[in-house]
Amino acid sequence: MDEAKTDGFKPNIVAIVCNWCTYIAADTAGVARMKYSPYVRIVRVMCSGRVDPQMVLWAFRHGADGVLICGCHPGDCHYKEGNYKAYRRYILLKRMVKQMGIDERRLRLEWISAGEAPRVKEVFNSFAEEIRSLGPLKLPVEAGSHE
Amino acid sequence: MVDEPRIGVYVCHCGRNIAGVVNVAEVAEYASKLPGVVVARDYMFMCSQGGQQLIQDDIRKYRLNRIVVASCSPNLHEKTFRRAAKGAGLNPYNVHMANIREQVAWVTEDPEEATEKAKALVRGAVERVKHHEPLEEKKVPVKDKVLIVGAGIAGISAALVCANAGKTVYLVEKEPSIGGMMARFDKTFPTLDCASCILTPKMNEVASHPNIKLLTYSEVVDVEGYVGNFKVKIRKKPRYIKEDLCIGCGDCVEACVFKNPRFYPKPDEWSLGLKRRKPIYIPFPQAVPRVAVIDPEACVYLKYGKCAQTCVKACSRNAIDFTQKEEIIDVEVGAIILATGYKTLDLRKLPQYGYGKYPNVYSAPEVEVLLNASGPTGGEVVLRDGRKPESIAIIHCVGSRDEKYKKYCSRICCMAALKLAHLLHERTGAEIYEFYIDMRAFGKGYEEFYRRVAGEGVHLIRGKVSEITDAALTPEEEGKLIVRVEDTLAGAIRRIPVDMVVLMPALEPAVGSRELAKLFGVSVDENSWFMERHPKLAPVASLTDGVFLAGCAQGPKDIPDSVMQAEGAAGQALALIDKGYVELEPNIAYVDEEKCSGCRICVGLCPFGAIEFDEERGKARIVEALCKGCGTCAASCPSAAIQQNLFKDQQVMAEIKGVLAAMRGG
Repeated sequence: MDEAKTDGFKPNIVAIVCNWCTYIAADTAGVARMKYSPYVRIVRVMCSGRVDPQMVLWAFRHGADGVLICGCHPGDCHYKEGNYKAYRRYILLKRMVKQMGIDERRLRLEWISAGEAPRVKEVFNSFAEEIRSLGPLKLPVEAGSHE
Repeated sequence: MVDEPRIGVYVCHCGRNIAGVVNVAEVAEYASKLPGVVVARDYMFMCSQGGQQLIQDDIRKYRLNRIVVASCSPNLHEKTFRRAAKGAGLNPYNVHMANIREQVAWVTEDPEEATEKAKALVRGAVERVKHHEPLEEKKVPVKDKVLIVGAGIAGISAALVCANAGKTVYLVEKEPSIGGMMARFDKTFPTLDCASCILTPKMNEVASHPNIKLLTYSEVVDVEGYVGNFKVKIRKKPRYIKEDLCIGCGDCVEACVFKNPRFYPKPDEWSLGLKRRKPIYIPFPQAVPRVAVIDPEACVYLKYGKCAQTCVKACSRNAIDFTQKEEIIDVEVGAIILATGYKTLDLRKLPQYGYGKYPNVYSAPEVEVLLNASGPTGGEVVLRDGRKPESIAIIHCVGSRDEKYKKYCSRICCMAALKLAHLLHERTGAEIYEFYIDMRAFGKGYEEFYRRVAGEGVHLIRGKVSEITDAALTPEEEGKLIVRVEDTLAGAIRRIPVDMVVLMPALEPAVGSRELAKLFGVSVDENSWFMERHPKLAPVASLTDGVFLAGCAQGPKDIPDSVMQAEGAAGQALALIDKGYVELEPNIAYVDEEKCSGCRICVGLCPFGAIEFDEERGKARIVEALCKGCGTCAASCPSAAIQQNLFKDQQVMAEIKGVLAAMRGG
């Protein structure tokens, strides 16, 4: 974090997280006043299975240097198996972003259960640090509307 | 966009909680310049009457049609602000919240960064809410029955409240008798009243209550549906005894071919292995239902197909039925209460205390059984070698408050240890040594109880025991167990020889509670206890609507707290059922038929079978009643023909774009 300040690069990170696990854990991390990287912006969906690959590409296109997807641990999905679907899409998506010339490390999937507040801090910090070390993505930012 | 957005943005100070870190005025100022925003304000407490009034006045004054509230987590106050908007004539789903307390102010050190992050989240919310549309909540009738899982004191208490309110209760217990852990206790702290005198009447009331369907020796195997409308499958294991015929006389047990207690085939579950039992048994004298059980793993006939079947001959009611099969029972309920309790830590994980190595090291639950008048010794305290102990060490915090095992305090052990000290002294006259880290006497009457027991001559030694050993250094230590401890009050390392050691083990969630959590879709916390919706404001609700928590399943608790939570959970279940209907969050998916190409990718993906394919029209269709709103189908549709209300592509993507635009300084 401090290093990020010194070299002036503040990464733009979007975390698309599941309502039932990571979002709760992030709230709990707040209640416990855990401090973590301020560059991760949480966008809530009901399930990691809701994460359309287009959302991830959209985020990169609109200036994200890294995208994090967080869901429930395998077997713990509130909707039985949405996280497995997220995982399958993620594997393909990683290959796809690579073909587009985006370092695949800029996309990460993590399982964080509702009880794992310390892991929110850990994952957010380590991802922010990774993106910081990778530097800005420098895609030409699309100015157009998304409709 | 549905209509021209006229957005009001409300940034909450939350006292100093948000405003102490985030520059709320700056955030409001920033928001006021965003396109579509008509008015942006900051206010001390948005959730207060005044804050809500402010929103309502603005809606009327500025003809606002979208509201963004930047405050705490939507899990806390989304309903509040939706209701406020509704009160001013706005559709409640045109409100969106930016979580700038839990996810900004409380987790960010640098005020500048926090302010920037808050701006980003507000911008995301503003962009998102532009795409919101009025939605109708779906009202669904609620089944007026309750399922309670676990029939210890918590489950029993909850069942009686619900049943007395006239509701049908299915009370499921996996053991052959109800009663749980409390049925093993002789006395309870701090009143020292007889546990079975207070528990047995409740157990009998459960058995005879016309509204309670008691399903013992049963387990929940499947749960479907949603709040108000759960479909539950329960597997009832065969007892090989016809429950309606058995009167619990025990003649069959007496007659069983096993005669010598030393050769009984199984350790007795109720007395925690302190004695052995026959293949046919009644769990304990006060068991409810008082019906015998045959253990198929131990019964000679069920195992080998050959036996004199003396039990069958002895039964005057012809209640024994070796052909009994397991039964699957389907029930439909509106609310569920989980009261599955706890187990104690496996003491073999702490080899330094010699449990399992030295026969005279006991776990606290074993001593409870030993003290119990219905126990293997009839309440007489005799050691495994037949001696009466003359000195006893009781060790607190075994595995609790310990980085290596459980970091948390198990809450009940201090008082239970004092109770055991009192009872053991009373029964044996032995010298009692208690080893504690801190004495936690927090409840009503507990401090008084501590003083009472301390006054009875118990030696209270403050220090964490390092080891129990039988390696004697002096003749007095010969044949004894030696407790090695640093007495932190005396400032000395001590060795105390005793005849008996009682370990107060940490509590942990009951066996199978992880699987149950998955089955019921409830979350667990870092220690695998079922997680409550909010530690203070929703301590009996789970994160899943319609599923409530009671007793130790949610965390270590003593009996008064377990009963309190159970009655609270029963109250919540009744409130849900008596309303008659639930309003479901309208976040379900729908198909835009114009765009649907009929590829059927979505059909196979839905985990709830909620997508039908209309062959005639060649289109997919969502069955609203089955859709749970996960959005997996919406994410998979190659034509973007499926959308999920409240999480439409446009809405989520607008939010993503919004948070990123703000980060770029836009």
